[in-house]
Amino acid sequence: MDPVVVVGASLAGLSAIDALRAGGHDGDVVLLESAPSLPSDRPPLSKQVLAGSMEPEAARQPLAARLDELDVEVRWGTRVDSFDAASLQLRCATGTELRASGVVVATGAAPRALPGPTLAGVHVLRTMDDCLALRADLDRGPDRVVVVGAGFIGAEVAATCRELGLEVTLLEGAPAPMVRVLPVQVGSFVADLHRAHGVDVRLGVGVEGLDGADGRVRAVRLADGTSIPAEVVVVGIGVVPGTGWLEGSGVPLGNGVTCDETCLAAPGVVAAGDVAEWFNPHFGERMRVEQWEHAIEHGAAAGRRLLAGDGPGAPFGSVPWFWSDQYDRKLQMAGRPSAADEVHVLEGSLEEHRFAVAFRRGDRCTGVLGVNRPRHVVQARMRLAESLDWAPIEELFT
Amino acid sequence: MKVVVNFDLCESNAVCMGIAPEVFEVRDDDFLYVLQEEPPEELREQVTEAARRCPKQAITVED
Repeated sequence: MDPVVVVGASLAGLSAIDALRAGGHDGDVVLLESAPSLPSDRPPLSKQVLAGSMEPEAARQPLAARLDELDVEVRWGTRVDSFDAASLQLRCATGTELRASGVVVATGAAPRALPGPTLAGVHVLRTMDDCLALRADLDRGPDRVVVVGAGFIGAEVAATCRELGLEVTLLEGAPAPMVRVLPVQVGSFVADLHRAHGVDVRLGVGVEGLDGADGRVRAVRLADGTSIPAEVVVVGIGVVPGTGWLEGSGVPLGNGVTCDETCLAAPGVVAAGDVAEWFNPHFGERMRVEQWEHAIEHGAAAGRRLLAGDGPGAPFGSVPWFWSDQYDRKLQMAGRPSAADEVHVLEGSLEEHRFAVAFRRGDRCTGVLGVNRPRHVVQARMRLAESLDWAPIEELFT
Repeated sequence: MKVVVNFDLCESNAVCMGIAPEVFEVRDDDFLYVLQEEPPEELREQVTEAARRCPKQAITVED
C-alpha cells in the first residue's frame, strides 16, 4: 500500500503522525520537510532564545524526542513542487515522484516581508536561523530597534529587546496592537504596557519603506513623510499560508487550504495548523488559527480524519487558546472574539495590568482573555468547551 | 504512574489543569500545585495528554 505522506515537519504534521500511529495505522509514513532538519519549537524564538536565556538546542518541538518511535521515513531538505489531488501524486523539487494513500498538508506559513531590496539589519522571525541572525544584530548593541507590526511577534520582540536594554520603537498600522486577535479596547492595554516599559509605541502609522546605505538599513520611512533612524528592523506583519505547491493541484485554496469541519480538503487530503482554514462547528464559523496548541490539536484531528477513510469522519470543534509573554505579564486567551464584541471586565482592572475580560456577542461568550490570570482563563476555557453560553462564564467570576 | 513537574520550566500556563483538573491546579497565587503525585491509572490518558500539550514541556510521567 502507498504510504501516508505528511508534508511539513511542523507541530501539526508531527501531531498528525502521532494520531495516525495511536489510531492503529501500521502502514508506511513518509514525512517530507523542506528544511534540512527538524524545525525548532517556535514560542521561545521571540522570547528566551532571543534573549539568550535558553540554548537553541533546548527549543525542541514536543514530539521531537519521539520521532524514531513513530517509525517515520523522514526526508529532510525535500520541498514538494507540485501535487495532484485526484491521483494523490506528489512531485518533489528533486524530481522524485511519490504516490500516497493519504496526504497531510502541514506546510505552515511564511512571514510577509516589506517590499523593496534586501538590506542587512532587516529581520523576520519564524525559524531558529531567523532568531539567531536577529540575536547577532542585537548583540552589536544597536542604538534603536524598530519593530514593524505589533502582532504577537512584534509585541514579544519589542518586550525582549527592551529587557535587553535596547531602545525600541514599535510601529503599528492599526489603531491598537494585536488587532487580529484582540478587540481594540484590550489591544490598547498592550500599547500601554509597552509604553510603561519605555517603548516608543506609534499606532495608526503606515510604513512606506526602508532606507539603506551600503546594503544596510538606516531608517524606516513612514507614510506621513517622516522617518525613524534604525540600525535593526524587525518585520512582524503577518504570515502567508504555505500553499504555493498546491496551486493547480485540485485542493481548494482560499485563506490557506479550505477544509470541511472534519479537516478534509479533498478525498484523501487533510490539512492542519497555520496552513488550514476549516469550519469550526463549535463556533459555527470558518477560521484559520495560527497558534501553538491549535496546531497540535488540529494535526491530531487531521490524522484521525485520514484513519476514518471514506467514512464521514468526526467534526473538529475547538476553543482556540494562546498565550503570549511580554515583560512579566502573561496574556492568555481562550476563544475567538471579533472586533465588534462587547468587552466585559470580570476580574481586576485594565489599569492594574492584571485582569480577566470576557467578550460577548448576544447571549454568547466568544472568548475570555486574562492577563496574569491563568486560572481564570483555563476555567473559562473548560466551560467554553462545553458551550459558548454567556451565563456560565459570568457565573464563574461571581 | 508518577507525575513530575519541573518547576524551573513551569510558567503556569495552566493547560494541564484544563486537561486533568484532578491532578493539576493553578491557584490564585498563579502557581501550579500537583494534587496527586501518583494519580490512579484511569487518569493516565489525561495526564499523558497534559504532559504532551504543556507549552514548556515541564511535565514528565514516570511509570
